[in-house]
Amino acid sequence: MVRIIAFFAGLFFALALLWSFGKGLVSYVTSPPAATAEHAFHLAPRPLHLASDGPFGKFDMQQVQRGFQVYKEVCSNCHALHEVAFRDLKAIGYNDDEVKAIAAGFKVPHYDARTGEVKTVNGLPTDHFPPVVYGGQGSPPDLSLITKARHGGAAYVYSLLTGFQKQPAALLAHFPEAKTPDGLYYNPYFANLNIAMPPPLTADGQVSYKDNTPATVDQMAQDVAAFLVWTAEPKLENRHQAGFATVGFLIFATVLAYMAYRNVWADKKH
Amino acid sequence: MSFPWANHYKPSHPFMVYLDEKLPLPRFVYNAIGAGYPVPRNLNYMWNFGVLAGFCLLLQIVTGVVLAMHYAANSGIAFDSVEHIMRDVNYGWLLRYAHANGASAFFAVVYIHIFRGFFYGSYKPPREMIWLLGVAIFLLMMATAFMGYVLPWGQMSYWGAQVITGLFSAIPIVGNGLHTWLLGGFAPVDATLNRFYALHFLLPFVILGMIILHIWSLHIPGSSNPTGVEVKSESDTVPFHPYYTAKDGFGLGCFLVVYCLMMFYAPNALGHPDNYIPANPMQTPAHIVPEWYFWPFYAILRAFTQDFFMIPAKLMGVLAMFSSILVWFFLPWLDRSPVRSGHYRPLHRKFFWVLVADVVLLGWCGGSPAEEPYVMISQLAAVYYFVHFLIVLPIVSSIEKPEPLPFSITESVLGKDDQAALAGAPASA
Repeated sequence: MVRIIAFFAGLFFALALLWSFGKGLVSYVTSPPAATAEHAFHLAPRPLHLASDGPFGKFDMQQVQRGFQVYKEVCSNCHALHEVAFRDLKAIGYNDDEVKAIAAGFKVPHYDARTGEVKTVNGLPTDHFPPVVYGGQGSPPDLSLITKARHGGAAYVYSLLTGFQKQPAALLAHFPEAKTPDGLYYNPYFANLNIAMPPPLTADGQVSYKDNTPATVDQMAQDVAAFLVWTAEPKLENRHQAGFATVGFLIFATVLAYMAYRNVWADKKH
Repeated sequence: MSFPWANHYKPSHPFMVYLDEKLPLPRFVYNAIGAGYPVPRNLNYMWNFGVLAGFCLLLQIVTGVVLAMHYAANSGIAFDSVEHIMRDVNYGWLLRYAHANGASAFFAVVYIHIFRGFFYGSYKPPREMIWLLGVAIFLLMMATAFMGYVLPWGQMSYWGAQVITGLFSAIPIVGNGLHTWLLGGFAPVDATLNRFYALHFLLPFVILGMIILHIWSLHIPGSSNPTGVEVKSESDTVPFHPYYTAKDGFGLGCFLVVYCLMMFYAPNALGHPDNYIPANPMQTPAHIVPEWYFWPFYAILRAFTQDFFMIPAKLMGVLAMFSSILVWFFLPWLDRSPVRSGHYRPLHRKFFWVLVADVVLLGWCGGSPAEEPYVMISQLAAVYYFVHFLIVLPIVSSIEKPEPLPFSITESVLGKDDQAALAGAPASA
């Protein structure tokens, strides 16, 4: 009885699925899905190699500091870094006085409970990076986690920053309706090809690095990507080191467990 | 119950004798997972995964309870509290990655455990109750994992909650009211997050209770084995301890190496980047996808794109998705072959591997965007899924000619000659 009911239940689901499949197939054949500019012209991020990559990766602190400088002088005009506190910057090599100075350079909103007013005051090391008031087009995302929140991570950030270009003629020839609207900028690494962010890194030497690294656009983009890997995962080095010790120990313990297993079973064929 | 030749617990230390009189807990452990539980001697590594699943549950409970001490179930600060754990809590990053990857590891282990059951016919009498409890555990796991994924309150958390609770609105008449009641609002809100958190804390302990029942019912007939032939004599079994504690110890080591490699070196590989974006009710992600372990079922849900005899497509999808797991409850009565193990069932064995390929294909479609050709592929794969369980299995079990079974477990291990030698010397090896 169970099997008779099961047979008809199976038939019911199968027919419903085949009905959906058939109608889908007919519409797929009669009106195949139109090609889109996004499908044809979107590019996967260009490869980016950072010191923090790989199982033994460590941050290149010089590079991360340069990236912070790019963030501070360029990105922070529009993008917040909400999850990061100024005190965290000690982890990338700034000392207490430097951290205090950096914090004091940011205006942080402060609610005064006695007067009921919100005033902006100089930041303290315990404060987080303040919110950014932005009135332009688009909504600049918070950058704290950006390298974890996008497919491709740091390589995506690097490619996006260096990927601004004129719309290819082939795109306009095939998809005239996909012309970049006014106020947006063509960038093949962005999901829908048109991004509201104007090219932020426009000229070599836009930032003057303290360590005299030539500040090419490519270099600045790499550096800020490295910095944003750190903001997204400040404990990355601890993770790599703890992982090495843990996995090493586990392999040793597993070999011992295997020998114990062989020993216990030595007299039993199985 | 146990086999007559099972070792008996004999406490020697006076304290253990005293304890055995007042509260025979050591005796209970001895009989459950100690030397007092005789187990078939021929279990292969597929029989490791029950222990591994139990380990995963304990791992999830331990890491989860500590995470709960630092997490704030409030839609305004939940996302930031997770980042607080990642940055400011001592070894918080380790706890969170252990917990998130622990969920994946738990499902991977349980899927192998379930498919072990499919292949070796573990669901057949006298072990139906173990199987039924196991399916119930799996359903509870799915609910727990889903609600856990909502807690970080990222984009995929929010929209996943939106989609999955939205399934209930497909139910005729009461659907919309039920949907609002489940959420505590018209969309996922703070009330939803709080109730999911409460349930996410509660359900693992329900699972723990169910696992105790699962193991209890296992100890009545005893463990099955790769031949599917029941235990006949003492030479067929070995005591669980030290034989299987040693073997499971090695299996656990192998599991931990793989799990730790994932957790330390690719902790976000199985997650979706969108869940590192805070939940935003005003912005739908381009593709809403659940975690990988739900992909096959998600593909079945989305495969129904057309209304069928007045039944709306959405309702069909919901019915099919729930049925795709509920059908496992009926397996003991759908597959009536007297032979258990796939090793001796030539036809069943072939269809088993087709099912494995089919579920992998469904998973691949479920993780892909809802576009062609993925939808059409998932429709055909879903047809096979239902036909396999509801039509193929019953037919196979009645037309198949099984291969000859070994007389006993001992014979399958030692071969006929040794078995004959053993028959001369009464069972004491």
